[in-house]
Amino acid sequence: MNYLASIGSYFIMITEVFKKPTKWSIMKKLILKEIDELIYGSLGIIIFISFFIGGVVAIQTALNITSPLIPRNLIGFATRQSVILEFAPTFTSIIMAGKVGSYITSSIGTMRVTEQIDALEIMGVNSLNYLIFPKIIAMLFYPFVIAIAMYVGIFGGWVAGVFGGFSSSADFSEGLQLDFIPFHITYSFIKSIVFALLIATIPSYHGYYMRGGALEVGKASTTSFVWTSVVIIIVNYVLTQLLLG
Amino acid sequence: MIEVKNIHKSFGDSHVLKGIDCYFEKGKTNLIIGQSGSGKTVFLKCLLGLFKPEQGTISYDGKIYSELTGAEQRDLRQEMGMVFQGSALFDSMTVEGNVMFPLGMFTKQSKSEMQDRVDFVLKRVNLVDAHNKFPSEISGGMQKRVAIARAIVMNPKYLFCDEPNSGLDPKTAILIDNLIHEITQEYDITTIINTHDMNSVMEIGEKIIFLKNGHKEWEGSNKEIFKTDNEAVTDFVYSSELFKKVRQMYIEERN
Repeated sequence: MNYLASIGSYFIMITEVFKKPTKWSIMKKLILKEIDELIYGSLGIIIFISFFIGGVVAIQTALNITSPLIPRNLIGFATRQSVILEFAPTFTSIIMAGKVGSYITSSIGTMRVTEQIDALEIMGVNSLNYLIFPKIIAMLFYPFVIAIAMYVGIFGGWVAGVFGGFSSSADFSEGLQLDFIPFHITYSFIKSIVFALLIATIPSYHGYYMRGGALEVGKASTTSFVWTSVVIIIVNYVLTQLLLG
Repeated sequence: MIEVKNIHKSFGDSHVLKGIDCYFEKGKTNLIIGQSGSGKTVFLKCLLGLFKPEQGTISYDGKIYSELTGAEQRDLRQEMGMVFQGSALFDSMTVEGNVMFPLGMFTKQSKSEMQDRVDFVLKRVNLVDAHNKFPSEISGGMQKRVAIARAIVMNPKYLFCDEPNSGLDPKTAILIDNLIHEITQEYDITTIINTHDMNSVMEIGEKIIFLKNGHKEWEGSNKEIFKTDNEAVTDFVYSSELFKKVRQMYIEERN
């Protein structure tokens, strides 16, 4: 019953976010600040992880090709498919749920605990719009992060495959181009937009409606990471079934 | 003036406010006092419109809050200033940014007009060289001054303060009390202070509402509170040794 009530209040929160908008001159600055915090600030860790994940996928694939009948270009093919379809959009989103999600929950939660949200409300500001709307808009740039993750992941696979002696550059490149379906990129970007909205709103919900003190801010951050990850995984399944099934 | 008629507020089975009737006068510092759990904070949040009472009305200069439209309620809120117990300053903004925030949000003033107003109110609360400091870089007393500056920057009609001198040393607490009192008289504001600090009661309690278990138990001024025979009030007022001695001296003087 509590879960149903939480889901209901989550959707009510979403509708409230779009009511009584904050003055554009102020909102513009908030959006730019959030793009810097949420998107630009995450690029380093995403590039680092994507590079090594791509490398690991290439090595694992190479090590599992035991039959001489299987062409070596499979390494490039498997790296491309794994990175584009799952590792870039889904794996990166789980990491972002931890990094960006816990930041969102703790920053909004701290504002709740220190009565800063009450201060906004008393001034007549729609605090949901002021706090959450810029995060939603900033996260619309998330597909750019995913595009970079795809590129760097495949590059990591190429580096590990070629310099690890598992594949030649030509074989890897041939594999990358083999049976390429452009819709897979679209599918990946559709997923990343949906995940971006989840990453912006679920942690905001946990931060905004938390009660208690500093300890509860920490607990809310953990809970928000768990729930964001769970919802991402469920939505990933549903979207895959709908778009590719 | 704020007029409260028969307000009730419950949370689940807990009936917190049980039919409070009172009014708060313009140009005076009105204090709400009472023990912890007496309903002071819930009452203040009802007055601020953060909690909706199940029964009763609150009117602000004749405008009944519950009968206003959403837009009218928001307009009315812009006539309210609030000083929170923990100051509630936006920690990502400087002192100047905090005070300028309501102006930037709700007025069409130019940058220089806003700057002039911010300089004026910061000077009024005796903070002249802290414009570019962040809340974490200034003392608790200074934070309270910034909170007061932010609360009055829009020229509010109503000023609410939730334990404005909690966590402050006695000297700074008196300075903050006096500052609120001066501002109230200077700008003819209806000020409501939620406190259980007896020093505030003595210093600035022009009108005092004493709450007990969600009821208005007593009402009077700081001169009257030390003379009342109401047992609940005397229990509360003379709970400290210092005030017991003051009462003893008063009785001896009277006899």
